[in-house]
Amino acid sequence: MNRQVLIAGLSGLLFGIGLAVSEMVNPARVLGFLDLLGDWDPTLAFVMAGALGPMALAWLVARRRGDRTLTGGKIHRPMAKHIDVSLVAGAVLFGVGWGFVGLCPGPAVASLGIAGSPAWIFFAALVAGMALHRLLPRLG
Amino acid sequence: MIEGAWINGLLGGVVIGCAGAVLLLLNGRVAGISGILAQLLPPWGMADQGRSLGPAVAFLVGLGLAPIALAQTGYAVSVSITDNVAVLIVGGLLVGFGTRLGSGCTSGHGVCGLSRGSVRSLVAVGTFMAVAAVTTAVVRLTTGAVQ
Repeated sequence: MNRQVLIAGLSGLLFGIGLAVSEMVNPARVLGFLDLLGDWDPTLAFVMAGALGPMALAWLVARRRGDRTLTGGKIHRPMAKHIDVSLVAGAVLFGVGWGFVGLCPGPAVASLGIAGSPAWIFFAALVAGMALHRLLPRLG
Repeated sequence: MIEGAWINGLLGGVVIGCAGAVLLLLNGRVAGISGILAQLLPPWGMADQGRSLGPAVAFLVGLGLAPIALAQTGYAVSVSITDNVAVLIVGGLLVGFGTRLGSGCTSGHGVCGLSRGSVRSLVAVGTFMAVAAVTTAVVRLTTGAVQ
């Protein structure tokens, strides 16, 4: 098994542990944050705050190293700069789906093994939505 | 809110941030789940010629196995998800299509983009957070509950 595959697997495992420990894998908790009219649950804000620390440090290290990885490979920094219709329209559609169910792509994958058929139905529709976007390339 | 949930949230968040840092500093890639997932859809290697699918598959397998592995050690997370099939399908389609059109989700724009100081990500996060909050409010006002 090559090193990139091993590191990606380890990163995915860590990511999933983080989602489970923070309970962000549970849509009820995410909806508790989004639902300002209910009994508001601020947990998601703490998760974001916790995640931004190590990640900001990582970007700082990346910049100091001239966008080279610790082993000398290239760091693929997203290059897009413009705020365009696709960005905002995509975020709007995503926001509606997220607000309906309380699952975004990370928790959608992480919940597959522990949430039964609803998680699989959502995941199948999510993949179908991605495939639909790929079939309509002019949309950006 | 369950007592102490915020501390688990903060801890879990740090672990998520470390996962992103590992992928960035060792593999040179951004830990955006929607982007990683989309790599598995044909035609392969469309945006990035010759890029191997191995790391994307390994990342998603690790992500899917983590909560199962934790449950084996006695740390089971309860998951409460709607069983309304129509809501699941419409929600899934919107999340899948929207995250591709908008080039990212809560991980790519939220965790990785905001920490980089990306204005695009700030606009995306502000938009999907606000729209999701309005959506749950509409659902609550029309059905009496959010789930």
